[in-house]
Amino acid sequence: MSQQMQRRYLKNSAIRRALWGIGIFLASVQGCVAADSARALSPINIFSRSSTPVMEIDHLALFVFAITGAVFVVVAGLLSFVIVRYRARKTDDDTSEPPQIYGSTQIELAWTVIPVLIVVVLFLSTARVIFAIQDAPKPPSALDVTVIAHQFWWEFRYPELGIVTANELHVPLSDSKHPKPTYLKLMSADVDHSFWVPQLAGKTDLIPNHVNETWIDPLRPGLYLGQCAQFCGMQHAKMLLRVYVDTPEQFAAWVKDQRRPGDKDPQTAVGRHVFETQACMNCHTVAGTAATGRFGPDLTHLMSRSTIASGAVPNNPQNLREWLKEPDHFKQGSLMPAMQLNDQQLDEMVAYLSTLH
Amino acid sequence: MSTLSVAQMPQEQPWQLPSRGRVAMTALIIGESAIFTIFVVAYVFYIGKSPFGPTPRQILEIPIFNTVCLLSSSFTIWLAERSIEKNRMRDFSLWWSATVVLGLIFILGTAREWQRLIYHDGFTIRTNLFGTTFYSLVGLHATHVVVGLVMLLLVLIFTLTGHVNQRHAERVQVLGLYWHFVDAVWVVVFTVVYIVGR
Amino acid sequence: MADQTLPIPGSLDVVSPQSADETFLERLHDWVVTVDHKKLGILYVLYATLFLLVGGAEAVCIRIQLAFPNNHFLGPATFNRLFTMHGTTMVFLMGMPMVFGFANYLVPLMIGARDMAFPRLNAFSFWLTAFGGFLLYFSFIGGFGLYGVGSAPDVTWWAYAPLTARAFSPGHSTDYWALSLIASGFGTLGTAINIIATIVSMRCKGMTLLRMPLFPWLMFVVSGLTLITITPLTAAQIMLVIDRYLGAHFFDTMAGGSAVIWMHFFWIFGHPEVYVLVLPAFGIANEIIPVFSRKAIFGYPAMVAASAAIAFVSLSVWAHHMFTVGMTSGANTFFVLSTGLVGVPTGIKIFNWLATMWGGKIRFATPMLFCTAFVFQFLFAGLTGIIQSVAPVDWQLHNSYFVIAHFHYVLVGAIVFNVFAGIYYWYPKVTGRMMSETLGKWHFWLFLIGFHMTFDTMHFLGILGMPRSIYTFEADRGWNNLNMIVSIGGIIQGIAVLIFAYNMVMSYYRGPRAGVDPWDAWTLEWTTTSPPPEYNFAIEPVVRSRRPLWDLKHPDDPDWKYEQ
Repeated sequence: MSQQMQRRYLKNSAIRRALWGIGIFLASVQGCVAADSARALSPINIFSRSSTPVMEIDHLALFVFAITGAVFVVVAGLLSFVIVRYRARKTDDDTSEPPQIYGSTQIELAWTVIPVLIVVVLFLSTARVIFAIQDAPKPPSALDVTVIAHQFWWEFRYPELGIVTANELHVPLSDSKHPKPTYLKLMSADVDHSFWVPQLAGKTDLIPNHVNETWIDPLRPGLYLGQCAQFCGMQHAKMLLRVYVDTPEQFAAWVKDQRRPGDKDPQTAVGRHVFETQACMNCHTVAGTAATGRFGPDLTHLMSRSTIASGAVPNNPQNLREWLKEPDHFKQGSLMPAMQLNDQQLDEMVAYLSTLH
Repeated sequence: MSTLSVAQMPQEQPWQLPSRGRVAMTALIIGESAIFTIFVVAYVFYIGKSPFGPTPRQILEIPIFNTVCLLSSSFTIWLAERSIEKNRMRDFSLWWSATVVLGLIFILGTAREWQRLIYHDGFTIRTNLFGTTFYSLVGLHATHVVVGLVMLLLVLIFTLTGHVNQRHAERVQVLGLYWHFVDAVWVVVFTVVYIVGR
Repeated sequence: MADQTLPIPGSLDVVSPQSADETFLERLHDWVVTVDHKKLGILYVLYATLFLLVGGAEAVCIRIQLAFPNNHFLGPATFNRLFTMHGTTMVFLMGMPMVFGFANYLVPLMIGARDMAFPRLNAFSFWLTAFGGFLLYFSFIGGFGLYGVGSAPDVTWWAYAPLTARAFSPGHSTDYWALSLIASGFGTLGTAINIIATIVSMRCKGMTLLRMPLFPWLMFVVSGLTLITITPLTAAQIMLVIDRYLGAHFFDTMAGGSAVIWMHFFWIFGHPEVYVLVLPAFGIANEIIPVFSRKAIFGYPAMVAASAAIAFVSLSVWAHHMFTVGMTSGANTFFVLSTGLVGVPTGIKIFNWLATMWGGKIRFATPMLFCTAFVFQFLFAGLTGIIQSVAPVDWQLHNSYFVIAHFHYVLVGAIVFNVFAGIYYWYPKVTGRMMSETLGKWHFWLFLIGFHMTFDTMHFLGILGMPRSIYTFEADRGWNNLNMIVSIGGIIQGIAVLIFAYNMVMSYYRGPRAGVDPWDAWTLEWTTTSPPPEYNFAIEPVVRSRRPLWDLKHPDDPDWKYEQ
């Protein structure tokens, strides 16, 4: 390679490296802007303003991102400078070595002390938020919900309201002047799971033989999506969560509806008979009937839910029929067995279940 | 073996490095200590947590005789190490045999204790949390004693057939280090299981 | 082999050429029964490279499945097995053997010794580790494998209880996981003991510990750390096997056992383990960066102290993997502090590398390209680690793609990049030939682009709420395009690694001859032939400073006049 080409090659690669340095710098600036763009990009993201604990985490997160971003900009900037400025040039005398510098105690002290100070600052701001969220005093107006995680669905019990439901959680809207947070008691019936709805709270695990508690304080009504965040077996990916934050009127109406016993439409008595004589009632509960099984979700108000199989598919008659016929079709490995119903039984069952509003 | 100076050197002290056998055995002991620590932590964590089944106080008898034997074997092996250093091979055989015998008594004593617990009290590793942690911790230690006894027996056989002499003092001491470790672990296990846990 | 090219005249006898009429079987036998640290080092590295390709193939399959929402390329059972095996393979069958392979080859050479302290233990450890790896992969066909049911482990590489209990994991998949790792764990312990004994007891004359090159120093620290890191995992896995086979209740929540204690034991292993993997990568950088910057490493005593500090502090941070488990606020706060503090000595190392390069004359050959990228990437990875150390932020980011992004930034961006750098750097010493610079540069740039495409994007996926360990994702969450970008980056990395594998094989037969000291370096391995003879050095070296070759090449300006 001619000297000229070599120089150009070195210059080009140096420019390339400089560009990488600048690119990385820009990316880190992007990080600080990520919050807003994240909100725009997707319905669920951690930089939401929808619930108190998430907002507290947000502020801390932005603080940490800013500090780490600044550190990155400074150090990466210096590195970019070094690889451009101190690269070997062809014009240099090839046999001479640069001055050998073995170290400097003052410099070592400086770049030990400054990071320690940064760590201390981060630590103190973090400690404050940990205690604020974990040890927040529970107001008397708080709603209690017990969450029991199963492979691969969620059981929700409202002990004070006498409600049992599954997979879709309804909570009342709160506001900063009259807070009405929902406190979730988290338990597991089998293996480890984790309750994660990013816009409403950080995640907390549900571990068998180990009761946890978390709280959400939702400030905006709407539907919030989440899913299990601790690998729990084959269908961990389809253990989805839907949390409806209802206005006070919506919530009151929902509660009233949930407390009714199961609808007993005489037209679907045949289907109910199938339900009670096949093994369905061993696993499922329909309030007001003989079915009191606890292994599977409570079906009393199945039709009040917009999805079945813990969010895997929308709740409509075709999906319901397919689910009953062959659960593995939607959720291979779910613990609901195919009940070997014939076509007529399937139709009757679907008709019956469709009346459970 | 001649050495070639890379550069002119002022006079330095003679180049003495620790023996690799000792270093390796120390490293092994550190690793083994970590394993035992985890089993001890599990034991301590589960003290009093069995929801059913017998408790330590109900069925454990403190193995004083066994412990005395095992700890004495540390003393006898130390005496053996001193003997071989001074080339007193008859004394070495004596003290080494005493060590083996004491170790065997310990193992047999443990076996008898387990036989009583399993067949008389019906207490096994699957009975409850206490059973799980008791048998695994004491069993882990007993396994190490057995391995040590096998090594000690090998050395004893070589000694009785006249193959061991003063040149092997260092190696014997490395093995002695292992045996002391096994005894030290027993002190911890004994304290945790028979004193703290009861 | 011309003696005049050796920097130490008369230090090497003329070596009779290797007998060229050895049959294939004789050569194979030679490799199978060898106790030579160099051959064992090569075996370790080849073994690790094989599993790098296998684990990489698993990753490519995972990314094809996740390129689209609700994709049907892989079913849930297969996916769960693949990502479990990917993680287990990359940590235990790629990372550990690679790192200990480098150590095996280089440590005796760098300290002027003829072999490791216990050559037969060395061989035994290798074959035990290899056996563990093959046992793990046998699980694909063992048990009920290959008949559709499959027995490869599918419980994630951290295998939380009680998912691993007999009740929830029937069949043998979990057993293969536990037993193969127990076996290879004992192999690792043997090597760690060997390295410690070698470094303490077999340094050449004049090489005090503070004159030892930094790679052996880091392997010394790593081996000590390994002794108390692998053993908790071995203990926990023994407990798991006892639970599954003897009906014990260590992790049996239905009998009062605790799922959380498995987490503690696993992460007491798991966190220091990542330092076991990354510290040798630092060691490689510590050798390459000075040579290619043409300067001594800046702050050698600080680097030694920082390495020891990292190892020590890393033992106290494990529960930052458990911030969401429901520990008390006090406990969470403690682990925030300890995790933040481990970042301090790590940062010191980055600054020292920067200072080494400062004022130098940097030559960007392929090893240095990889090392330079490593410094940038490790800086970034360390900072995302600090972000996650803030527990409330981790309550959002834990178990999300942000975590996957972070640890791949360290494992790939720091460790694999340095492993590549080390292979390009020492390949001439090991084989006597240079690897192709052109292919090396192709490898580097493709891998860099693919790496950033995949792992930079993953950070955003985590922030957008995508959890890990899922075989598919919902189409309405806004994750579709980003996942596609991640997958394409994965394919590009795969191509780059294939180029590398080709380069390794091709250069062995057709690479230009390397000579004794192709990089103009300063440590003892560059004083002997390429490849070294079985006895390493004809005459045991005597050293007076940290860079014996620098002293020889610069007799008017030797290191021992200036070193602290």
